[in-house]
Amino acid sequence: MKATPSAANGAAIEGAAVNEAAKRGTALAPAERALDIIGGDLTEKSLRLHLEGLAGVDAVGLEERAASLGTRSIKTTSKAWALDTIIRLIDLTTLEGADTPGKVRSLVAKAVKPDAADPTTPRVAAVCVYGDMVPSAIEALGPWHGDPHDGLISVAAVATAFPSGRASLAVKLADTADAVEAGADEIDMVIDRGAFLAGNYGRVFDQIVAVKEVCRRGDGSFAHLKVILETGELNTYDNVRRASWLAILAGGDFIKTSTGKVAPAATLPVTLLMLEVVRDWHRLTGERIGVKPAGGIRASKDAIKYLVTVAETVGEEWLQPHLFRFGASSLLNDVLLQRQKLTTGRYSGPDYVTID
Amino acid sequence: MSRLAVPKTYKLYIGGKFPRSESGRTYEVLSKKGGFLANAALASRKDARDAIVAARGAVAGWSGATAYNRGQVLYRIAELLEGRREQFVEELIASEGASKSAAIKQVDAAIDAWVWYAGWADKYVQVAGNGNAVSGPYFNLSTPEPTGVVAIVAPQGSSGSLLGLVSVVAPAILTGNTVVVVANQVAPLAAISLSEVLATSDVPGGVVNILTGSPAEIAPWLAGHADVNALDLAGAEHLDWVDLQVIAADTLKRVLPPEAGVPAPSLERIVALTETKTVWHTKSLI
Amino acid sequence: MNFLDYAPAPESTSILNLKKSYGLFIDGEFVKGHGKPFLSISPSSEEAIAEIANANSTDVDAAVAAARKAYDRTWSKLSGADRGKYLFRIARLVQERARELAVAESLDNGKPIKEARDVDVPLVAAWFFYYAGWADKLDYAGLGPNPRPLGVAAQVIPWNFPLLMLAWKIAPALAAGNTVVIKPAETTPLSALIFAEILQQAELPAGVVNIITGAGDTGHALVNHSDVNKVAFTGSTAVGRAIAKSVAGTGKKLTLELGGKAANIVFDDAPIDQAVEGIVNGIFFNQGHVCCAGSRLLVQENVHDEVVDRLKARLATLRLGDPLDKNTDIGAINSQVQLDRVRELSDIGEAEGAERWSAPCVIPEKGFWFAPTIFTNVSTSSRIARDEIFGPVLAVLTFRTPAEAIAKANNTQYGLSAGIWSDKGSKILAVADQLRAGVIWANTFNRFDPASPFGGYKESGYGREGGRHGLAAYLKGASW
Repeated sequence: MKATPSAANGAAIEGAAVNEAAKRGTALAPAERALDIIGGDLTEKSLRLHLEGLAGVDAVGLEERAASLGTRSIKTTSKAWALDTIIRLIDLTTLEGADTPGKVRSLVAKAVKPDAADPTTPRVAAVCVYGDMVPSAIEALGPWHGDPHDGLISVAAVATAFPSGRASLAVKLADTADAVEAGADEIDMVIDRGAFLAGNYGRVFDQIVAVKEVCRRGDGSFAHLKVILETGELNTYDNVRRASWLAILAGGDFIKTSTGKVAPAATLPVTLLMLEVVRDWHRLTGERIGVKPAGGIRASKDAIKYLVTVAETVGEEWLQPHLFRFGASSLLNDVLLQRQKLTTGRYSGPDYVTID
Repeated sequence: MSRLAVPKTYKLYIGGKFPRSESGRTYEVLSKKGGFLANAALASRKDARDAIVAARGAVAGWSGATAYNRGQVLYRIAELLEGRREQFVEELIASEGASKSAAIKQVDAAIDAWVWYAGWADKYVQVAGNGNAVSGPYFNLSTPEPTGVVAIVAPQGSSGSLLGLVSVVAPAILTGNTVVVVANQVAPLAAISLSEVLATSDVPGGVVNILTGSPAEIAPWLAGHADVNALDLAGAEHLDWVDLQVIAADTLKRVLPPEAGVPAPSLERIVALTETKTVWHTKSLI
Repeated sequence: MNFLDYAPAPESTSILNLKKSYGLFIDGEFVKGHGKPFLSISPSSEEAIAEIANANSTDVDAAVAAARKAYDRTWSKLSGADRGKYLFRIARLVQERARELAVAESLDNGKPIKEARDVDVPLVAAWFFYYAGWADKLDYAGLGPNPRPLGVAAQVIPWNFPLLMLAWKIAPALAAGNTVVIKPAETTPLSALIFAEILQQAELPAGVVNIITGAGDTGHALVNHSDVNKVAFTGSTAVGRAIAKSVAGTGKKLTLELGGKAANIVFDDAPIDQAVEGIVNGIFFNQGHVCCAGSRLLVQENVHDEVVDRLKARLATLRLGDPLDKNTDIGAINSQVQLDRVRELSDIGEAEGAERWSAPCVIPEKGFWFAPTIFTNVSTSSRIARDEIFGPVLAVLTFRTPAEAIAKANNTQYGLSAGIWSDKGSKILAVADQLRAGVIWANTFNRFDPASPFGGYKESGYGREGGRHGLAAYLKGASW
């Protein structure tokens, strides 16, 4: 059962039809990775068997490991590098109903020049906005729009009826297509948590595949797809492990913890778990998937713990924009304050960093 | 003419059976007045060795039975002993020179001791074990378990031979331990008669093994045997018991020191022959 | 830059107020020892820290006499509530001086400051706090109607957790109403001597606790002193045996906490990443200088390669180096003697045909160091599978079924601890039932708590420390 690539088709595949297909054990959308790992007989059942065959997670042990990583003491030169790296990995975000072109312009200005008084400050990796704000963002970025790998800033759009994901597939695909068409470099989609918790893994899978297909541009390139698991709603670590594998098998480029609209959002243990999946995927296939914790990371001290966790779990190679992002808004200013202290030797204050 | 009696042969009790000593030796058991009562087996170190093998072989089954089951077995011993009250009274009169009332008192106390200890089988864990409130997301429980094979020197006084034996065997086995006991040397008959009760009372073979003979000869072999977990020197006060304790230290056996007279019924005696196991288990909803 | 080469993050030693030389702490004061003083050195730099007094038999007599006097005249006359108050004071003072104690411990023992700070010292305070509360509640401890103290306790402790082992000994002894003469290990006296200062600050009556430093002779004299009612020893099985022999017939009550060769059992349905952490924690925490270390990995054969691969990858992020750097995971081996032993047994392991793999650590020039090492292809008859190495060396063996795992785990003269890793509760509980070990950790390892009894089966010793059971060792009439 294939999901339709273009939402302009109107009433194509509906949720109910997908459900029926799942119950009949019909084949899932043939995502390449899934075919490689699970095999040609790619059905709801085979997907489920694979996901449920993954090793379990002991929460106490996981949380203790995360806490232990959090005791690393990152000082002096390591701290300076860490702070700059954090900035370079931030997706500076505004996702409010009240967003206006003016607000987006202000955010972009901050993204391009985080610290008005210190030109040595790096730029962030991306700005993250609602799909309909993409044109404003691109316009405001002007010459600074581009690949963060080159020191420029890309535009990430949330899509698929963010944050709840509760809409028909057609609507979610249309949402995505609009953002891609408007020029978004990256799409942050949400998975269907209801389907996941009801055990319809195949449906969640097919939706991701469909969204990925909509990320394909006319010239054959793809907008990078981040798959938001909404770990706070998935609740158990076992679910997070399964959803992470599912998202990767279905074609995601990044797995992302949260929308930031639900608590708990990103936590160190959950991010550690997702990094472990990404590490295992790399061991298995040689392929590198990115991880993005989003929401709730406000202090530099905490963000540094995430860097340590990345480095000691998958390796410091992952500390680059194509493989790790922080979904954050107020974190940037806290990092700047820390940066200012390192430079001047004095504690700084909120008046010395700009609001966006 | 009065009827010719059929004298009983008193053998060892090992592995649920009644073998003679492999050494073929016996010794004379005399009444208080010095008259011949019987030839009892004089256990050798090889008998001790065999008894320990039987005891070790019985540990898995006996400690693996439910506490309820063990309690019922001990109670059955009391039932059977009660049924044989007269026999034991007469035997004590003959072997210890006890008065009838003293003998009756001793047999009654022995029966009551079995009953008292039977009731502990499924309760001592509740009293000696407990949950522990550790500061972390862990379920933590401490629970006593039988230590394994216990070698015992039974009280050796010229009176109290039945009660003395019961007082050291019952607390040891109710938890699931198995025992090898060196009986009262001068008054061993009650021990072998008790074995007959044990053999007919659902106690699995090997749980209780009784060696008659010389504690001075046998105890050092028990003390040094690496497959014995604990050494109860209750009746060893007139032996070189310190040497026994030193020998036992080689294998770090748990050693109970000698006691004068017959040990009173006590929870302490039960718990002394157990090991406390503490288990931690992670707890989490997610 | 290489982020993982973290910049140095040293914990400063300026918090320490070290003396050049320390005396013996007897009857509430520091006095000179009559034996030949010796130096305590830092095992990571081999530099001297301070000169330490050496108690000879005259000093031991004085210490025992002080303890006896304090017992007869003062301590046995205090109410349980008052004994408890002193213990609460000590707990609070330990918390107040926590950082200082952690730095001293790391410096003297070689263990990472991270562990001394986050594990050792907090547990020390917790131990005193826990037993403080028991002091006036002994009637409720389930150890008989009117439990009475034994009198004077002689205590000898090891070098692996110097201050923590001191707390394990002193706290229950005092709570139960005994007075104490304690001998710290020869290579790690420093934290005990700072603790003596804390006792002065707490205004603990003189003679209730006496701390006498020295070596094997001091311990021997103390344990064999005729006016001692109770002996408590933590250390090697060999010495434990000797002590058991020497107290035979003396009427002294004895508890022993000795060696181990614990099995860490990993089933194929284990939460695998956490199991790998548990294996690492089990044998490399405190450089493997842990009696309850998980020094044998019993891994289900069908996941052996997977687990070993993950283990090796994980070991590559362990940081070995200056114990006082906050990012150090693996500190120094406590002494040359211990290092020699670890090396010797590791060489034997190789000679026996096991395959040796060590974490790629840069070994500093000075000091005593041993890189975390694992041996695969180990058989049950190998010496490295049977002898306690007491260092960062893991022997890996396999099993096929739960019953086989249990049989292999129990097939040792030791019986201190074990670990079980599985996602299946019924299996964990059934395996726990059958393991002959005094402490069993399920999906975790090396967890300690003053409320949780700790001690071994078989040649790992007898008696329990911690919890309600830990009081029994120090009371008359309590048999466990």
